[in-house]
Amino acid sequence: MTTTNDPSPTGDGGRDRSLPVIANPSRRTAVKGAFATLGAAAFVAAVSPLRQAAQRTSAAEFMQSHYKRLTDQDKRLVIERLEAEAKENHGVEVEIADDRPIPGTKFVYAINLSVCNGNGKCVEACHKENNHDRSTGQSYIRVLEMPKGTMDMEQGNTTYSGVVPKDDKFYLPVQCQQCDEPPCVDVCPVKATWKEEDGIVVVDYNWCIGCRYCEAACPYHARRFNWKQAEIPAEEINPDQSYLSNRIRPVGVVEKCTYCLHRTRRGKLPACLEACPTGARVFGNILDPDSNIRWILENKRVYILKEELGTKPAFFYYFD
Amino acid sequence: MVVVCWDSTPPRDNQHRERDVAAQSISSEPSGRPVQSRSETERDPGEPGRHAVVVRRPAGPPLIELAATDPQGRSGQVACSTCHSVRPPNLANRTSDSLDEFHQGLAFNHGTLTCYACHNPEQSDALRLADGSAVEYRDVMTLCSQCHAAQATAFRHGAHGGMNGHWDLSRGPQTKNNCIDCHDPHEPSYPKMIVGFKPRDRFLKDETKHDDHE
Repeated sequence: MTTTNDPSPTGDGGRDRSLPVIANPSRRTAVKGAFATLGAAAFVAAVSPLRQAAQRTSAAEFMQSHYKRLTDQDKRLVIERLEAEAKENHGVEVEIADDRPIPGTKFVYAINLSVCNGNGKCVEACHKENNHDRSTGQSYIRVLEMPKGTMDMEQGNTTYSGVVPKDDKFYLPVQCQQCDEPPCVDVCPVKATWKEEDGIVVVDYNWCIGCRYCEAACPYHARRFNWKQAEIPAEEINPDQSYLSNRIRPVGVVEKCTYCLHRTRRGKLPACLEACPTGARVFGNILDPDSNIRWILENKRVYILKEELGTKPAFFYYFD
Repeated sequence: MVVVCWDSTPPRDNQHRERDVAAQSISSEPSGRPVQSRSETERDPGEPGRHAVVVRRPAGPPLIELAATDPQGRSGQVACSTCHSVRPPNLANRTSDSLDEFHQGLAFNHGTLTCYACHNPEQSDALRLADGSAVEYRDVMTLCSQCHAAQATAFRHGAHGGMNGHWDLSRGPQTKNNCIDCHDPHEPSYPKMIVGFKPRDRFLKDETKHDDHE
């Protein structure tokens, strides 16, 4: 108590212990200086990702307009740039097409739940076809193992394994339902996702800002976010790509099932359908009265998921 | 490009599989032309401008590989008629358990059918329809469809059995399985499978590392 209140004898001693480089220092100045240095360093560290991003992002990419506003000439340049980037970053020659809807088509999918046995080949085929990141095993399809007697997705389980089908279960593959009233499109603040004439809901990966509103809005949990840059061995990359479909997506954007538009808009069947060993999947053009899909809708017991939400899916489940 | 990825079909004790390479247009005559000569772009004569829906078919009657070899070391194949043309048929037989020479251990679980409900006692290299007439092995779907009419109807409309190739027949052909590609006729229930690939998403609680949340 007494020593702290005594000012006189410690004055000279305190001056002796001051910093040598500052001629007339006070503690306030020293602290200010230290924090200014720290602050500058922190600022440099904080903006360094931006500086790196600036190096990685070409001016052309930064200035690229929305897909719908691109002219044919713009698209050609964009696709050339993306193909060059794929070559540089992944070491593969890819061919990125700009597949547009076929006039007079509206794509619809149907799955026979009496036949699906939950083997998951569709999930794997989607993973490979759409150039998903290998380490996360990403896929646009989830197969839910469901207790019999309900269509409540909340009771489903995606982590089942072993021998399928189990006697007291049925299997419900869920992917993007390509809704006619898509809530994901409504919530996008930058119109980076929209529904095309053939019913496919697409994403312009170069316009998406990664806010993930659409992911939250989707009642089918069909959208995926690219938390990391997809890493795929060069020999496993599917070089048959499309701008709005399975080209390798940048990090930080949302992606989704496109009914394999890089295949289906060229007349082919989706990869998940071809991979299904049970023949549970059916795909086609609902505007063609002779199509398989029309026969199923007219003759089978058909169900749609979460009908009460009014999303009007273009995806049907049927039973034998 | 037609991707025929039936290696994913679960393995099954089905000796016909290797010979099921032949395929034929669904609308062509039953006698059948050699399939290898049919290219993917060949068009269905009935519908100009449209590609064919090709249904796979067995190449012909089954052949049995002989276990023994001849003095030259060659193994051989024999047709059903090699033995059955000289043996009287037992029309009442329903199972391989009562056989003491051939076909022992053949699993059979297909209703209460007798062997000769489907196999032909007069022409052992052909099958037998319910009215007693013969039908070629290549046309096995005609035989199956007698009882499984609902499945046959669904098959005709793409709602059973799956397909490969093109949904749009104006752009390319489509390939479909036949009944015995997926169903062993002696034991037709679809076999159980093992789940392989699993995505590592946030519902997989047992994963130690979540790439979703780095």
